[in-house]
Amino acid sequence: MILVLILVLPLLGGATIAAGRGRPSFGWVGVAANGATLALGVWTAVRVVRTGPLTGAGVVLRADALSAFMVVVIGTIALLASWLGVRTVALELATGQASPARATTYAVLVQAFIAAMFLAVLAANVGVLWVAIEATTVITTFLVGHRRTKGALEASWKYIVICSVGIALAFLGTVLVYLAALHAGGHSASALDWTSLMTHAHHFDPAVLRLGFALLVLGYGTKVGLAPMHSWLPDAHSQAPAPISALMSGVLLTVAFYAILRFKAVTDLALGPGFSRALLVTVALLSLTVAASLLLTQRDYKRMLAYHSIEHMGLIALGAAAGIPLAIAAVLLHILGHGLAKSVLFLTSGEIMAAEGTSQIDGVHTLLARRPALGGLFGVGLVALLGLPPFSLFSSELLMARAEFEVGLGWAAIAAVVAMVVIFVAVVGHARHMLFGPSTAAAPLAPPPRWVAAPLVGGLVVCGFIGVFAWPLSGLLHAAAHVVAP
Amino acid sequence: MSGSSFSSTLTLAVGAVLVCAVTVLWLSSVRSVVRVVATQGIALGLVAMILGLHLRDAGLIATASVVLAVKGVAIPAFLGKAGSGALDRERRPLVNVPASLVASAVLIVLAFTAARGVATFVGTTAGALVPVGVATLLIGFFVMVTRRRPIFQMVGLLLIDNGIALVAFLCTAGVPFLIELGVSLDVLLGVVVLMVLAQRLRSEFGDLDLDDLQELHD
Repeated sequence: MILVLILVLPLLGGATIAAGRGRPSFGWVGVAANGATLALGVWTAVRVVRTGPLTGAGVVLRADALSAFMVVVIGTIALLASWLGVRTVALELATGQASPARATTYAVLVQAFIAAMFLAVLAANVGVLWVAIEATTVITTFLVGHRRTKGALEASWKYIVICSVGIALAFLGTVLVYLAALHAGGHSASALDWTSLMTHAHHFDPAVLRLGFALLVLGYGTKVGLAPMHSWLPDAHSQAPAPISALMSGVLLTVAFYAILRFKAVTDLALGPGFSRALLVTVALLSLTVAASLLLTQRDYKRMLAYHSIEHMGLIALGAAAGIPLAIAAVLLHILGHGLAKSVLFLTSGEIMAAEGTSQIDGVHTLLARRPALGGLFGVGLVALLGLPPFSLFSSELLMARAEFEVGLGWAAIAAVVAMVVIFVAVVGHARHMLFGPSTAAAPLAPPPRWVAAPLVGGLVVCGFIGVFAWPLSGLLHAAAHVVAP
Repeated sequence: MSGSSFSSTLTLAVGAVLVCAVTVLWLSSVRSVVRVVATQGIALGLVAMILGLHLRDAGLIATASVVLAVKGVAIPAFLGKAGSGALDRERRPLVNVPASLVASAVLIVLAFTAARGVATFVGTTAGALVPVGVATLLIGFFVMVTRRRPIFQMVGLLLIDNGIALVAFLCTAGVPFLIELGVSLDVLLGVVVLMVLAQRLRSEFGDLDLDDLQELHD
């Protein structure tokens, strides 16, 4: 029941917004719905850790600790993004960039997008998981193209074409896994249930499963933004409105990675960890290299954040490659920390862009002196994202590296650190240009309203808090890691 | 259905799917391509129907009707609406027609080599035809990378999709009906979104080759 509610609440919010026909105040209904969903997610997580997996809607929905954790992550970022979405819509209506009708479509699609992500992580069946992830592609295409500029249209075209091809390959992979499952004695109606895949995994044909898993990594990897299938990502994330970039970068990428984690568990049971490890290490190192080399020459700060996502997805893939429970727990913590830091940064960059009128790094300077609030948020967000203490990305990166050394992937961890150093230098260089310098103006410009700044500060505080105190999450992380790394 | 007539009708329908894919390569007008896409959708639906009747599988027969409705009728209808007028003719594909046909022959050989393992693993009459699905998929990729009109990229995407659906029918008699329903809905919505986008692109960029999309780069 509660799982059904988690899916329905965001949609109800969307329906109410539709009834409001573009009045900005109705945006708060979406925020309230997402807040309530987050509360339900936390409650689910507590129950799952105490009493084990829950099911809902017959056997269609299932929440184990991993699903519950992802629900909490999605709920958190959805709350942040829809809150700032109220601001985006209000600004667009005020400047005449969007009609009330388009503003309504925007807010309704956002709610549908959030519901589709919840369905992806709560689906008991990997076929339904595929349907939900493909649905996110279809829904977000219009959101990426929301501004209707040439750039936005081009980005949304590339996005849907490349991701549709990717997701089609993931479907082929799913079919091959289904084939292996049927031959191992699975019943056709339930063979694609993840729990059933796990019970029969030992009897899967290795050759078919290898092919299937490779296609799944390639396919879902496209949506994760792993190199070499990443080319849509910087365009889409830089052209979309800030709250959409926050949702796409902060959670959609990792929801797709969640699918890879589920299939990795099945593959590892059948084939041992060697195959998935080799595959994931390859794409991880490639992603880190691509991110490092393109961040050096970046001239657009939203694209800079987008390439930063490719780096972090590489780190997560490398952590998952290690595969032991410690590594998976660190990966999950990293998913949450990256989601928080990256969405705060994208949302702040949206404010900066609205205020400064450009997304070029060269066009923005002395931000700390002229706009202390925005500059401060952007600076602190970058500190978090670059993996400095006290933020949680520091601990998760450290834990992932430790796990990688434990399983003999130390060389890969060292390669990752080299890429991270390059990225650090590049990003600090760009940030110095944007943030520091003496102000020419007499007094700082007006800061954003308090209700805009509050959730952004809140996101960073949470990211710092879970970096220092592990206790609220440790039980959940431990349980979730053991779901896919027995 | 008797064994031999089952196998020959199935082979015929599966072969039609591949023939349609190859036909796309030598057509340049949108209207005829849309007709070929519709024919392929119907052939695909028939594959599912023949298998469903043979296996007496009600779910698969239901799936077949969905496929016929979505891929044989609805999607081509959407495509046809957008593709009116000479503007959408593919005038200068990156690879010309004779070379494309040679390439498709190579792709078919490649598909048969690559998918032989899976075909033997499945071990049924239908399973032996799996390479045809893979060949359709590869030709779809080829269309996507060599054609420059938005509508031809969509057709490439549909070929990929149909190829994969064909593999699914031949390997596992399709995925369970409810999932197939979700998949078909996604594909249909995806095509609608692509159509709307293609129209917006045209109104923004005018008579568009995808090479003209140069706005975003590093």
